[in-house]
Amino acid sequence: MGRYVARRLLQMIPVFFGTTLLIFLMVYSLPGDPVAGLFGDKGVDPATLAKLRHEHGLDLPLYQQYWNYISNILFHFDFGQQIRSGREITDVLGDAFPVTGRIALLAFVIELVLGLGLGIAAGLKAGKLVDNLVLILTLLIISVPVFVLGFVIKTVFAFQLGWITPNVSNYPTWDELLAPAVVLGSLSLAYVARLTRTSIAENLRADYVRTAVAKGLPKRRVIGVHLMRNSLIPVATFLGTDIGALMGGAVVTERIFNVKGVGGLIYDSLARREGATLVGVVTILVVVYLLASLLVDLLYAVLDPRIRYA
Amino acid sequence: MPDMTKTETATAEENSAPVAPVAAQKPEKARSLWGDAWADLRRNPYFLVSSVLIFFLLLIAVFPSLFTSADPTKGDLVNHFLQKPELGSIGSPDWLGWDGQGRSVYARLIYGTRASLIVAVCVTLIVTLVGGLTGMISGYFGGLTDAIISRITDVFFGIPFLLGSMVVLQAFTNRTVWTVVFALAFLGWTQITRVMRGAVITVKQADYVHAAKALGAGTPRIMLRHILPNAMAPVIVVSTIALGGYIAAEATLSYLGLGLASPSISWGVDISAGSDQIRVAKHILIYPSIMLSITVLAFIMLGEAVRNALDPKLR
Repeated sequence: MGRYVARRLLQMIPVFFGTTLLIFLMVYSLPGDPVAGLFGDKGVDPATLAKLRHEHGLDLPLYQQYWNYISNILFHFDFGQQIRSGREITDVLGDAFPVTGRIALLAFVIELVLGLGLGIAAGLKAGKLVDNLVLILTLLIISVPVFVLGFVIKTVFAFQLGWITPNVSNYPTWDELLAPAVVLGSLSLAYVARLTRTSIAENLRADYVRTAVAKGLPKRRVIGVHLMRNSLIPVATFLGTDIGALMGGAVVTERIFNVKGVGGLIYDSLARREGATLVGVVTILVVVYLLASLLVDLLYAVLDPRIRYA
Repeated sequence: MPDMTKTETATAEENSAPVAPVAAQKPEKARSLWGDAWADLRRNPYFLVSSVLIFFLLLIAVFPSLFTSADPTKGDLVNHFLQKPELGSIGSPDWLGWDGQGRSVYARLIYGTRASLIVAVCVTLIVTLVGGLTGMISGYFGGLTDAIISRITDVFFGIPFLLGSMVVLQAFTNRTVWTVVFALAFLGWTQITRVMRGAVITVKQADYVHAAKALGAGTPRIMLRHILPNAMAPVIVVSTIALGGYIAAEATLSYLGLGLASPSISWGVDISAGSDQIRVAKHILIYPSIMLSITVLAFIMLGEAVRNALDPKLR
């Protein structure tokens, strides 16, 4: 197990560098200049521009810029400064990530509880009425794009029923974040439900379940322990990769509900060509994603004792 | 030999339709995986409903003028924001009302189909080709080749899909259908690579592949004739379902102001315009949203039906 973890951690290194380099190259090859953007339409004299570009290290060759950037993050946890506001990017990220993190956490809990619940109900009654109802419900959720669902929820619950405020405040409370979390988690909820349903329906016929029933174990134990542990593996894989997706997918949800989180930050820095901020956000998302998928692989061994890591 | 086929046919028929008179049926051949799947699909209501829907959507996309005589770009500010109130106006070119600039919502719905479908179909084709090829090479050769391709795939997979496409699209000042296709395909291929790689690794160990090798078949022949047809099933399922996802992705990017933009006509563009006017007039937002959802639903249902047909274990 220890060796497996070590090998996985080593494999993460090239992926970390590759992904950050890729996003870095993508962002820095964009047309437009963040420094020139400071001065708007009036333009700026070339000397000042060159001086500012030099201060931010934008005149160096790309590979050197990347190395400076990534080594500052790795050795000093320093993401640099925002060009427009002069704020430390670590501060900017520190403001945005907790908000999005809370939405993502709520969304995750919603998809875990509802998704698993619906999936288990459908899987145990495969082919029956419940199964078909869950199938139709999840198909509908998957088909309606996130932003449409957002508008529907906003229109119904904010404008017509008045239960929620249409826009989330700058320092949101947990209950304000509930509506964005439902919108954010809905798609994954549907996937979790379907994966669980398929996996349970399949494993219901497995030999070890038959053995457990034949031994005369109570139904609750057969389902709760023998069936669930194995059936949860594909679901766990999905949930693991979904953590990163939830954080990154918040762009749309946060725009609809006007949340000041990572999504808004991404959108703004993209529009203003704030490459350093954008790459910083993505770097954190990549690390979250890599760690989550490692965690999932380690969870396999806990869920299914047949899986052993050398 | 003829006797043998006869008995086989007879047993097959007995299993499927024991009461049917033998003479009335055409002699059946031993069916392949694909033949079996097709027989299954024809009886699946989800498949029938979704293929009828998709047929109509393709028809609308290719011949929009068959469905409306109105011009989707012609605005008449007299009609601005008005929604036709009287019933029975179905069939009139403006029965779904007008948008903020007095253009027919219905005509825009019809003409918007083409952009959405072109984007989704092209992205799916490119992604399936690129992903299929890389996955095939990765899975078949294994070793160092596999390690390199897999790490590259990991790198692209690590970047959140929507975010990556947003960055790519920002690089283009002049955004057309093709830039959106490029942006979505740029990060989309990794999923297919992973699926294909897994399928090829499983198929590679089958006895018929060993047999072909023993008979002296070359690598290209083994890959194309023996592995590809048997590893394609999961790729086709994932591609079909992803196609629905790309339609939604195009609309999402257009909604964010990064995908297609006016004067291009697409559902995403109209939804984006409608979202600014949601409190004044809901119909501008609602109709393209419904159309979009139905289209995504159709492709996802098709994918599900194909999955069920190809993998009977899942039922």
